[in-house]
Amino acid sequence: MEITEREPLLKVTGLVKHFPITQGLLRRQVGTVRAVDGIDFTVLPGETLGIVGESGCGKSTTVRLIVRLLEPTGGRIEFEGRDITHLSRGAMRPLRKDIQPIFQDPYSSLNPRHTVGTIVGAPFRLQKVETEHGVKDAVQELLELCGLSPEHYNRYPHEFSGGQRQRIGVARALALQPKMIVADEPVSALDVSIQAQVINLLDDLQKELGLTYVIVAHDLSVIRHVSDKVAVMYLGKVVEIGGRDSLYAGPMHPYTVALMSAIPVPDPRRRVKRERIVLTGEVPSPANPPPACRFHTRCWKAQKICRQLEPPLRELKPGHFVACHFPENLPASAEADSGAADRGPGARLREEGGGARGGWAPPHPGWCRTPRAGRDEGAALITRAGRSRHALCHRLVWN
Amino acid sequence: MRRKSHKRQPPVASVNSTETRSRPEPASFLDVRELRIHFDTDDGLLRAVDGVSFELEQGRTLGIVGESGSGKTVTSLGIMGLHRSRRARISGEIWLDGEELLSAAPERIRQLRGQKMAMVFQDPMSALHPFYTVGAQITEAYQAHHPKTDRRTARDRAVEMLNRVGIPRADQRVDDYPHQFSGGMRQRALIAMALINDPSLLIADEPTTALDVTVQAQILDLIRDLQQEFGSAVILITHDLGVVAELAHDILVMYAGKCVEKGPATKLFTAPEHPYTWGLLGSMPRVDRAPQERLLSIPGNPPSLIRLPQGCAFHPRCPFADRNGEKSFTEVPELTGASDPGHQVACHLPPEERRRIFAHDVAPRL
Amino acid sequence: MAARRGPRRPAVTAYIIRRVVGAVFLLFAVTAITFAIFFLVPRLAGETSTQLAAQYVGRDPSPEALAAVEKNLGFDLPLYQQYWQFVQGIFAGRTFQYGPDPSYCQAPCFGYSFKTHLPVWPEIAERIPVTLSLAAGAAVIWVVVGVAIGVLSALKRGSLFDRLSMGVALAGVSLPIFFTALISLALFSYKWPIFENLRYVPLTEDPVLWAKNLVLPWVTLAFLYSALYARLTRAGMLETMGEDYIRTARAKGLTERRVVVRHGLRAALTPLVTIFGLDLGLLLGGAVLTETAFSLPGVGQYAVQAITDNDLPKIMAVTTLGGFFIVVANLIVDVLYVALDPRVRYS
Repeated sequence: MEITEREPLLKVTGLVKHFPITQGLLRRQVGTVRAVDGIDFTVLPGETLGIVGESGCGKSTTVRLIVRLLEPTGGRIEFEGRDITHLSRGAMRPLRKDIQPIFQDPYSSLNPRHTVGTIVGAPFRLQKVETEHGVKDAVQELLELCGLSPEHYNRYPHEFSGGQRQRIGVARALALQPKMIVADEPVSALDVSIQAQVINLLDDLQKELGLTYVIVAHDLSVIRHVSDKVAVMYLGKVVEIGGRDSLYAGPMHPYTVALMSAIPVPDPRRRVKRERIVLTGEVPSPANPPPACRFHTRCWKAQKICRQLEPPLRELKPGHFVACHFPENLPASAEADSGAADRGPGARLREEGGGARGGWAPPHPGWCRTPRAGRDEGAALITRAGRSRHALCHRLVWN
Repeated sequence: MRRKSHKRQPPVASVNSTETRSRPEPASFLDVRELRIHFDTDDGLLRAVDGVSFELEQGRTLGIVGESGSGKTVTSLGIMGLHRSRRARISGEIWLDGEELLSAAPERIRQLRGQKMAMVFQDPMSALHPFYTVGAQITEAYQAHHPKTDRRTARDRAVEMLNRVGIPRADQRVDDYPHQFSGGMRQRALIAMALINDPSLLIADEPTTALDVTVQAQILDLIRDLQQEFGSAVILITHDLGVVAELAHDILVMYAGKCVEKGPATKLFTAPEHPYTWGLLGSMPRVDRAPQERLLSIPGNPPSLIRLPQGCAFHPRCPFADRNGEKSFTEVPELTGASDPGHQVACHLPPEERRRIFAHDVAPRL
Repeated sequence: MAARRGPRRPAVTAYIIRRVVGAVFLLFAVTAITFAIFFLVPRLAGETSTQLAAQYVGRDPSPEALAAVEKNLGFDLPLYQQYWQFVQGIFAGRTFQYGPDPSYCQAPCFGYSFKTHLPVWPEIAERIPVTLSLAAGAAVIWVVVGVAIGVLSALKRGSLFDRLSMGVALAGVSLPIFFTALISLALFSYKWPIFENLRYVPLTEDPVLWAKNLVLPWVTLAFLYSALYARLTRAGMLETMGEDYIRTARAKGLTERRVVVRHGLRAALTPLVTIFGLDLGLLLGGAVLTETAFSLPGVGQYAVQAITDNDLPKIMAVTTLGGFFIVVANLIVDVLYVALDPRVRYS
């Protein structure tokens, strides 16, 4: 546990980003999109933080805030102990060396009119960094490091496949020997086999160069593979954050549980055994998030308190924080402390389903509840996939 | 399944296909035989699909798996008769419920499209026309095959289908435009559109790739339920082995326009025999196993379909290519029966060797 | 349903109001810039107000007469006041102390010609129907011909028809009007005298002769625009027909005609509306070359005259009018878009 003694490389506290919505003749502000609404996390040197969530949860905004492509509305971002929240463009400039982004789309993030040499060499020129044997040598070294050939120096991006382009993107990010790399969906545009190549490359580079990563993805399998620590976001909030193994072995937030049960697993035998929680409805709009716990409209465990009181992010296991009134998979000791949890339906289910069962398999028997009156859209529906009961639930919810 | 033996005679088949269809009608609901779809391009002949055969019964789901450019989408568009380019050269046979499609008149194919066979596309954002309401677009699909129905009835039918696929307040949302729908809802609307005429063959081309995980789970459940309800045959095309594992009974793995392995889903996931399938499985980080140290990736890139590598198209990326002497570099492997009935592999490695490599080198690293 | 649609309506109204307000501002900007070009720039170049006034007076004027004209036309006032008077003249009319008696120049007043000493606007107003006849007739032809050729070319891409029509279209785009106009005149007016004695006859006077005498100018002008529109339509159609939703439409089993017309054309033509609006607006400000070549007494010809005569008030009037047509056309296009594209309506 000496890891926790180390100074965090990146520390984010209460980070907020609101986008105004304007309307009408004079473009009055009629609302705000709460893209990121008060999130905290720290990233230690050499560690990988994975941020996962569905579209609209604010994960990409978070990344843009960290690399300061967006101006935060509130909160604090510290890099190596230094407050960079509101640094001006100019003051940020030297720091750009240390924090480098990798973008999602390897097709649009490389200028088609520049050669690979120009693209990867640009950081040297922009930051006026002296290289020992000239920029070309340095670039070729980088290309080799990223699994490309030095002969690619004079080629143009269109001559490369998606995976190779993403390697070029990685090479560009590595040019100035950054301390931290922030990647937004680095592999989601790539084919499976190529995805694996890039993931392996990122892994190798981390080991070799001691890099720190913040990686955002919607794919929970990818996130588990690359991360040491995982944050789950929902509607601008971090609902759960913890060590990779702890989080995947025993997800505590119902949303995380639902997300994990939704991952398709390449094993047809499992589909018979598996019980799946299918969340109904859609993610509510971040312009008008539900009050208190934002997940309550889709949560099968929601109680009165969830609609009235926002659950704080509490540490229920060492290093594993959850923002939920009725968390799942509680360790025995924590269960005694959290009184509320015992009275929730989760407690009964835990006894029946055996929360300690291996892996992440959700401990619920399939059941379905009818929507509460007047809130048809968001009602949560739990079901064993593809059973007759499932059809019944459909009818209850949709007719 | 044993028809394979005489299916391997392309000269006979092609003579038959251009002249009269003399061969007996196939027993299967959908029977695709030696389908080849080539395109004339300025750089040369692009062999997008190069001799793919499979059969599918009603009530069953076939998963077609492969990376981009492997020919899976081209195959499905070929079945739907949607290759309209003058540069497309299509040969082979496609039998749907006793009717051969490639030799049928275009008007007949149009009648079958949307009626007997329907398709759901990958990107729900662009697959709906931005200028017409969702309802109008679904109604149109119904009226195309029921020209005598009045608008009211067609609209009611559209609302009913939207309800069925889980659009809340369908009677109101039917008048919304596509951009007022979320991605998941659009995909539901497209499924409603595809199913409105109760087709017996549904082709779903990457139906969940553009969607979030939880929405993906909803859509996959929906397809499964609808299949059980309507008993249709489903072709599920995807690059995601997890998604096929959820739905497919049988799986066909494509690489560079050819089928490299096919068989029952359980076999393909537990005892795959083609190195490409191993690579695909190994490339996926899996949450149902202990975290891997390294992913078992496939080196290199998919080949150009215009200049395919000599011999086995997979050999430049295959770690075992040199174990077969010169064979891999000179000879295209045939699709032959593997250890289990219905399981076929196109690989030069001897069957025992394949099983040994999988058991010792591959399986432990998945 | 009405309740759900309800809150969205104000968005459309607000959108339209915003566009109208924007258009009004733009019109002011147009007058301001025109004014600045013709009054501020000469002054910056060192021309005095007396020299300006000299344009209104006969040869060798006495200094007294000059000073009087200068004062009466307000050239001695500060520029912003002159501009205000100019704008006032356009919208409300103004009184000039020109000559012995004060004369009231009715709105829209663009002042008096240097040369003829007559008010400018009535002269222009007389000419607008000519330009309108020319532009509207040509527009009908080029839209029908251009779009039809464009669609057919796109559907039969690579065919002989496509290559031929695109070749002709390339010629149409490249050949200047004065060239095609002279050729058509030489052929159809002199060699084969089908359209002789071309002169403008008002529609109200003799509709048949009106049309007959305008056929050559229409075709000549439409040739250029048809070529442009055929190319634009073809490109738009090719792009649209490659869209995913066209594939969806085909997968539904729609007939090819329905796919092309209802799904393809509808989407391909919508952006063309913008271009059409602007082109028409531009032409209404004067089809200079066509009018000159066929000696049509339209706004464009008037503009040429004004420029050769260096007749400042005329030039300003024509410029302002041209700007006005473009701004109005733009506004109409914007509002039309609301009807055509639901995405504009609901965002």
